[in-house]
Amino acid sequence: MEWASQLCENRQFGSKMTDSKYFTTTKKGEIFELKAELNSDKKEKKKEAVKKVIASMTVGKDVSALFPDVVNCMQTDNLELKKLVYLYLMNYAKSQPDMAIMAVNTFVKDCEDPNPLIRALAVRTMGCIRVDKITEYLCEPLRKCLKDEDPYVRKTAAVCVAKLHDINAQLVEDQGFLDTLKDLISDSNPMVVANAVAALSEIAESHPNSNLLDLNPQSINKLLTALNECTEWGQIFILDCLANYTPRDDRESQSICERVTPRLSHANSAVVLSAVKVLMKFMEMLPKDLDYYGTLLKKLAPPLVTLLSAEPELQYVALRNINLIVQKRPEILKHEMKVFFVKYNDPIYVKLEKLDIMIRLASQANIAQVLAELKEYATEVDVDFVRKAVRAIGRCAIKVEQSAERCVSTLLDLIQTKVNYVVQEAIVVIKDIFRKYPNKYESVIATLCENLDSLDEPEARAAMIWIVGEYAERIDNADELLESFLEGFHDESTQVQLQLLTAIVKLFLKKPTETQELVQQVLSLATQDSDNPDLRDRGYIYWRLLSTDPVAAKEVVLAEKPLISEETDLIEPTLLDELICHIGTLASVYHKPPSAFVEGSRGVQHKRLPARAGSGESTESPDVGQSVGGADAPPAVIPSQGDLLGDLLNLDLAPPATTVPAVPASMQMGAMDLLGGGLDSLMGDESETHNIHQRMESPSPQSLSEYSHPELGGDIGGSPAIGAGMGAPPAVMPASLNAAVGGGLGDLFDLGGGVGMPTGAFIPPKTLWLPAMKAKGLEISGTFARRSGVLQMDLSLTNKALSVMSDFAIQFNRNSFGLAPAGPLQVLTPLTPNQTIDVALPLSTVGPIMKMEPLTNLQVAVKNNIDVFYFSCQYPISILFVEDGKMDRQVFLATWKDIPNDNEAQFQIKDCHLNSDAATNKLQSSNIFTIAKRTVDGQDMLYQSIKLTNGIWILAELRVQAGSPNYVLSVKCRASEVSQFVYQCYELVLKN
Amino acid sequence: MIGGLFIYNHKGEVLISRVYRDDIGRNAVDAFRVNVIHARQQVRSPVTNIARTSFFHVKRSNIWLAAVTKQNVNAAMVFEFLYKMCDVMTAYFGKISEENIKNNFVLIYELLDEILDFGYPQNSETGALKTFITQQGIKSQTKEEQSQITSQVTGQIGWRREGIKYRRNELFLDVLESVNLLMSPQGQVLSAHVSGRVVMKSYLSGMPECKFGMNDKIVIDKQGKGDATVSIAIDDCTFHQCVRLSKFDSERSISFIPPDGEYELMRYRTTKDIILPFRVIPLVREVGRTKLEVKVVIKSNFKPSLLAQKIEVRIPTPLNTSGVQVICMKGKAKYKASENAIVWKIKRMAGMKESQISAEIELLPTNDKKKWARPPISMNFEVPFAPSGLKVRYLKVFEPKLNYSDHDVIKWVRYIGRSGIYETRC
Repeated sequence: MEWASQLCENRQFGSKMTDSKYFTTTKKGEIFELKAELNSDKKEKKKEAVKKVIASMTVGKDVSALFPDVVNCMQTDNLELKKLVYLYLMNYAKSQPDMAIMAVNTFVKDCEDPNPLIRALAVRTMGCIRVDKITEYLCEPLRKCLKDEDPYVRKTAAVCVAKLHDINAQLVEDQGFLDTLKDLISDSNPMVVANAVAALSEIAESHPNSNLLDLNPQSINKLLTALNECTEWGQIFILDCLANYTPRDDRESQSICERVTPRLSHANSAVVLSAVKVLMKFMEMLPKDLDYYGTLLKKLAPPLVTLLSAEPELQYVALRNINLIVQKRPEILKHEMKVFFVKYNDPIYVKLEKLDIMIRLASQANIAQVLAELKEYATEVDVDFVRKAVRAIGRCAIKVEQSAERCVSTLLDLIQTKVNYVVQEAIVVIKDIFRKYPNKYESVIATLCENLDSLDEPEARAAMIWIVGEYAERIDNADELLESFLEGFHDESTQVQLQLLTAIVKLFLKKPTETQELVQQVLSLATQDSDNPDLRDRGYIYWRLLSTDPVAAKEVVLAEKPLISEETDLIEPTLLDELICHIGTLASVYHKPPSAFVEGSRGVQHKRLPARAGSGESTESPDVGQSVGGADAPPAVIPSQGDLLGDLLNLDLAPPATTVPAVPASMQMGAMDLLGGGLDSLMGDESETHNIHQRMESPSPQSLSEYSHPELGGDIGGSPAIGAGMGAPPAVMPASLNAAVGGGLGDLFDLGGGVGMPTGAFIPPKTLWLPAMKAKGLEISGTFARRSGVLQMDLSLTNKALSVMSDFAIQFNRNSFGLAPAGPLQVLTPLTPNQTIDVALPLSTVGPIMKMEPLTNLQVAVKNNIDVFYFSCQYPISILFVEDGKMDRQVFLATWKDIPNDNEAQFQIKDCHLNSDAATNKLQSSNIFTIAKRTVDGQDMLYQSIKLTNGIWILAELRVQAGSPNYVLSVKCRASEVSQFVYQCYELVLKN
Repeated sequence: MIGGLFIYNHKGEVLISRVYRDDIGRNAVDAFRVNVIHARQQVRSPVTNIARTSFFHVKRSNIWLAAVTKQNVNAAMVFEFLYKMCDVMTAYFGKISEENIKNNFVLIYELLDEILDFGYPQNSETGALKTFITQQGIKSQTKEEQSQITSQVTGQIGWRREGIKYRRNELFLDVLESVNLLMSPQGQVLSAHVSGRVVMKSYLSGMPECKFGMNDKIVIDKQGKGDATVSIAIDDCTFHQCVRLSKFDSERSISFIPPDGEYELMRYRTTKDIILPFRVIPLVREVGRTKLEVKVVIKSNFKPSLLAQKIEVRIPTPLNTSGVQVICMKGKAKYKASENAIVWKIKRMAGMKESQISAEIELLPTNDKKKWARPPISMNFEVPFAPSGLKVRYLKVFEPKLNYSDHDVIKWVRYIGRSGIYETRC
């Protein structure tokens, strides 16, 4: 066979087939020979020659020079020869467009051939000739073939439309092929229907907004009928298409499900998975109390389990999908744990996926079995698998409390094996177990410490250091242990360095007497000898904390850590919902939306699960009760934060103000921000600090590196001057600062009693922001307003001191919505004693952004000729409501559905005596726009939209019951944290 | 959809390359070779994404089949198609080997052109394909033959052609089961299931309508007659595309028009009341650091009149084994150093018997800290019954147009139970 000789040649020349230098010399003779054979009179010889050409083409040789000779062989009744020539044409037509035209005539003629196989062959091939000039000539033959009497030709022509669309979409539309294609959906032959569906689905993907696949109950019915009759592949096309349909109501949804379920018994796994996709999607719409819903859930489990007896590659696809299904509807497979047990000779990719699902299904009922399995796995050969198994044991401990003890002892057994990577992995998970169950398993620390030397991976070292730091008081030689790490500080990875820094600071706070030197050493290593901004920042923060106020440092650094959650690495709910719509496809294998790996416009369209029937009536959803209850809770949370600040304040007051040297008046504004800003976020807002701290302390095993905090980096690390400033005790007064914040928060809740303006946007009355005694006689009160689209901060500055004040300037710290002064603070004349001046400071929303806690917190620094003063205040979120916040009705509907239900918050507004129209007007003046009103049973539902300055949309539904003073407000927003503030804003606006 | 399909030999040389979509370039062929076939590490996933191009690959003996795409295709479908492609090739020219592929490359291209259009799988039933992809040219067909071909390829019964005639109408049913077990050293069943297949060989004239019945618990309970104790609970079953699924869903009856020749009618899975043909009782004792004593007893657990065949017990040995002494009562046992196992073979064994092997394993002292993983003891066997308890109750054949009745059809039924993954931990 010619093959052998050709492959031999290839080998001679090495595997590089592009090595044209060799080829041109030898090939010339060969090509010449082939040319002669192609033009031979003998049919057999011709055919052999074309075969040789195709063989060369396959191995990557360029045989395009033979184009005219091969095309000459096209006119033949020998079907086999014709197919070979066509194969050649498809490969080279693009590179030889002028010569490819020679083939057109043959195609046109073949499309008229009496033999349907030849007609189909011609229409199939011509769609693969991607030459613009030719495409036009093919329209007529294609049109005929689409209406051919033979179904074989029609089904081929249907796909050809998709091919043509890929080459020239406009042409396809102009020629009206799309309509013909749509007609084929009603064809009598199931395979024609299936191919037409496939072609239309593909074309529709590149036209996301066209209503090409006009799916309606009638066409759906046709598809469901064809489903029973077409080939396995056709069934897949139809099911995948059905999955894009959104039934009108739960009844239609159920009837489609009923007709799709028989597909679950198909031998083809792809048919099964596509059916599962349709069912998972449509199930969303079924009421949960429906009997059929339960039946359907039960029907889904067996076929999913059966997929695991398919070939390993398919098992892999199935497992990746089951992983999604288990997250979306854990109830389906909760009793099927055993089938996910790993078999000794499963391929590694199947093993790893099974392990993942085992952890997701682990529960109190099956934990004993799971643990026994995991212990077996931990002794296997594959390192990745063993690591994952060890990690899984840790996750079981965290997930099922009853098993924690057994897990810990299993992990200890594994540590005894002394297998390096097993030990390291075990230590990483034990750290998490300590986090979850504090003060329970610390007896094992001694065993852990024995393995200190064998740890060479950063994650394990960091975990061990964390453990030593966290339990420093129980480890006698904690200082020695940590010191031993310090020697090679600069060779450690950042993760370890950060952890070491924190651990030593903890140690110092717990045993201050003997570790002063150590902490000095680590702080100077971190701040002076390191180039890493994260490390420097953290070093500086600790340094300043420790030098300013060790008591506060203790509060912060040794604060009680929040518990870690049970489930890790869950897929984010909106992504999960999207992936459920892609069951069976690559997206479900990669666990990524198609836009992440598909180029161009295809598949970028996001798919969504249908909303449950009647989701507009959100009172039916069970979570409402919680939300309503929760509405009262948040106000209680903030005062408690105030209390916390108060406590801190009391502590701080112990050392009198002597620690607070005055900042020289000449200090530059920039420098002020540098210090102030940095510290503000550290101390001014306790909860924020707490937050940062907790992030430092509690990395989930996977993602420590994500947790850097640029907001601090910008403020401190950014300036080279700061190094010098650090040597001396920092020049800021935390005491007064905290008091100011405490006051500010307290005042905020007095707002309710103020007077509102009858027209225009509601402007809360001014409140005291900075009391005179905290600011050397300067008293500041103020409020925020939005006046015809302009944001303003209204300030009243009062001089309660005895000397004249001048040189006023103002600056804001970064904040959630980027508020920043749009101009200087216009205090033109010096402020004489006892004088009050009102200033309106225009604001912009283009300043630097940092998420604050609470969201609407604003930290302000005001400077005058005497000093710099800091205070923080909260602005009503309503000032951020822009004037063009009226959403289109359709968009509103779509957006409302699009936002996951979890983001919906519900509140009650009590004692409001407006009717719905008055409320509408009142809200409108604050840029809360009512888009639609619906009246059901005497209850008015107002659908409202709000747009924030940063482009975030907030959708709301306000229910007003005639005669009842209580309103119900449902707020839906992608950024659900604003809901609370929107509610407060409604309260303020409606009641004033 | 599928953008291209490549077949490589084990060295990574392309044997077949067919590109369906414009977004797949020639460089994709090389990308796969470099990143998967020649990859230093064993591939960790059957789907590999290289430079935004996804490669689905399966391996058959030394041959790699790869489907390539840049779109969000139905992944399950791609793999099903690759398997189907293998089936079709096997049906045409036997084993998938480099030799066979090279010798049939024109045929393969012709098949690929037919069963995959623009990356969309089309009818891939060999029964239908063989009527018009013959490598002989089809110029001699009459018009009727042509339309018969096209209607079969696109028709509702794409798997069978009309006009089949046999002088003797005959059918063979094979119930083939593989019984899987994972048992703890203490004899506790950790997991057990049977995956079974009903394979049918039909040599029937015309377009026969068939109805298949077995001792499915649901059917028997519904009919309310017969002994419910001999029925079995089937966890799940899947059917060849010839079976009318909606009918199964509503009435749980299995009716179909079979393809001609051999095909797999159904697959099923059971987990309840499985007859475990063998029980393995292991005893491993570590004597010091350099010696292991192993004793394994196997017990057969079925009717004494039946004979199990091809029994093989595989007892894994540690990597540092230096010598093994084996004594067995029955069959032959050998230590195979290359496989790190003692392989004990018994040709035949009747039911309700037991046999025993004991071995002393000498170990080389090592300083490897990691303990020996103790892989499970695995077993292979073949028994002449269905471990799930499945029984064929009937297979009725109706062909109204031809003059033969159900009684004229000669029917054969055979049960074979084989070990799947049958392991006992030690």
